[in-house]
Amino acid sequence: MNKKNDSIKFAPDDFAPLPDSEKNGEQLARKKTSYWRDVWRNFRKNKAAMASLVLMALMVLLVLAGPEISGYNYYSNDYSAVNQLPGHAHWFGTDSLGRDLWTRVWAGGRVSLLIAILATLIPELIGMVVGGISGYFGGKVDMVIMRAIDVLMGIPSLIYMILLMIVLGSGNIATLVIAMSITGWMGSARSTRGLILQLKTREFVTASETLGASPAWVIARRLIPNTLGIRVVGITMSLPSAIFYEAFLSYIGLGVTPPTPSWGQLVKAAGEVFRYYPYQFLIPCACVALTMLCFNLIGDGLRDALDPRLRS
Amino acid sequence: MVRYIGQKVLIALATVFVLATATFFLMKLIPGDPFANDKVSVAVQEKQREYYGLDRPVAVQYVTYMKNLLHGDLGYSMKKTGRTVVDIIREAFPVSAKLGLFSLLISEAVGILFGILCAQFRGKWPDYLLMVVAILGIALPSMVLGPIVRYLLGVKLQILPVSGWGSFKQMLMPAFVLGLGTIAGNTRSMRASMLATTTQDYVKTAQAKGLPPVKVVLRHQLRNSLVPIIPNLGGQIAGVLMGSFVVESMFLIGGLGRYFVDSITNLDYPLIMGLTIFYGAFLVTMNLLVDILYGLIDPRIRMK
Repeated sequence: MNKKNDSIKFAPDDFAPLPDSEKNGEQLARKKTSYWRDVWRNFRKNKAAMASLVLMALMVLLVLAGPEISGYNYYSNDYSAVNQLPGHAHWFGTDSLGRDLWTRVWAGGRVSLLIAILATLIPELIGMVVGGISGYFGGKVDMVIMRAIDVLMGIPSLIYMILLMIVLGSGNIATLVIAMSITGWMGSARSTRGLILQLKTREFVTASETLGASPAWVIARRLIPNTLGIRVVGITMSLPSAIFYEAFLSYIGLGVTPPTPSWGQLVKAAGEVFRYYPYQFLIPCACVALTMLCFNLIGDGLRDALDPRLRS
Repeated sequence: MVRYIGQKVLIALATVFVLATATFFLMKLIPGDPFANDKVSVAVQEKQREYYGLDRPVAVQYVTYMKNLLHGDLGYSMKKTGRTVVDIIREAFPVSAKLGLFSLLISEAVGILFGILCAQFRGKWPDYLLMVVAILGIALPSMVLGPIVRYLLGVKLQILPVSGWGSFKQMLMPAFVLGLGTIAGNTRSMRASMLATTTQDYVKTAQAKGLPPVKVVLRHQLRNSLVPIIPNLGGQIAGVLMGSFVVESMFLIGGLGRYFVDSITNLDYPLIMGLTIFYGAFLVTMNLLVDILYGLIDPRIRMK
């Protein structure tokens, strides 16, 4: 647009009212935007969040394709090529057993990201169900569930997770996910319940109930979908903590069993030889750090995009 | 206020009870028998079970266990022969507490200071610089940060000892690794809550009266901005505690965190159980204190 509008010339009849035949009151001037398209438009303005999204897409691509294109597998030793620097034959070098690190880093990413995604979505689902029931029924049910959650949230989750890992047996992805799910659903339940308390008095819920919908249907089809928008931020923000928990449990010896790699496993193994082979440590560290950072920034961006108060 | 505290204490007690019960039954679920051994006759095995009370019904064992807990008896370590769990806590906890407290005090202060600076220089280079620190703190967990800091400061520059415990210099690096997360968290929340106060009427009044900016910040903005970051304290204490598992093993510090990690590696079940309950009770107490503090400072919380 021009800075000065003096180039615009008005004709005298420009301000005359339109004849009725030319009025088109029903037509919308702008294209209708859906909720998620609106969120996306706002999200796109956030440069840091967009960069993070692109970076994570790239990371997922590498994690999926990386191990396939290197020509090595993650478990074969090669004692003639131990602790090699990154180079032509091994793009990220090799570790102390001569295993190709490019393959191990991306295969480890598969494990770490899979754990992170499952250990975020499963507790979220449990939380949705429990929070949905608690919020929708209210009264005694709500009281009992909320007090139980107060108590369970008081238990330090990592301590409890460690205990569960010892009992369930460490070493595979399933037990890690189960332990994280058992300890991690309370926050999402509490948040979902809060949102449902606000929603359940709204007209569309009353309409469904009047038409004879069962509580389960109302919760699952009317209430939960309306909480998803806000919960997405929580989900995004809990991915980095799942990555952290995996790394942490690996560090204290409760992660996946070698030779299966995970980022936590790689960080732990290479931390001991960091002085001599820094690349072995720094590459998986960069993966962990970037993933944690990017999901935090994406979460920030989503929160800003979803929060109408922040829109100008 | 009494009602508020009473409610919190009740929940805390219930939490510790649930944790102790869960710990007991989870440990019972672990497969395997400590006395199953081909080289020992069945009669001797029976004798051993009887001695440790393992021949009695689980319910009886549970009651005994809870009674012992109430007396502060957490049993004996299986691998460190002849030492009680309480002995180990008594010896190692002061080390962890000293490190944790030192780290927490410094990182709280630094985080708050960074947050104030960010808010004062909003959109200028100090803001960006400190926000980079805050972002690094979120992205770098202690197992990543530890070896890097140790290499840079301990091996390359040789200004701090790489490991060990005792002198002030040896405390600095582990305390920093433990505290970076807190610094980052506080910088972010403090920045946000300081910015939220800058448009408040009482701040404008103070500025209009002609108070120098430093006084406006310290007298009027700081106090109110501190309130929203108090609830974070509970999580930060827990974070330092968890971090101590990694940091104490990394820097070879004989604190409780290292014992806990060792007990997991050695499958020293009584020690794992005892330390789980101890850590749990400790964190529940800390959270309770933070809640009460928060209620005392902000009347809106306890009136709810």
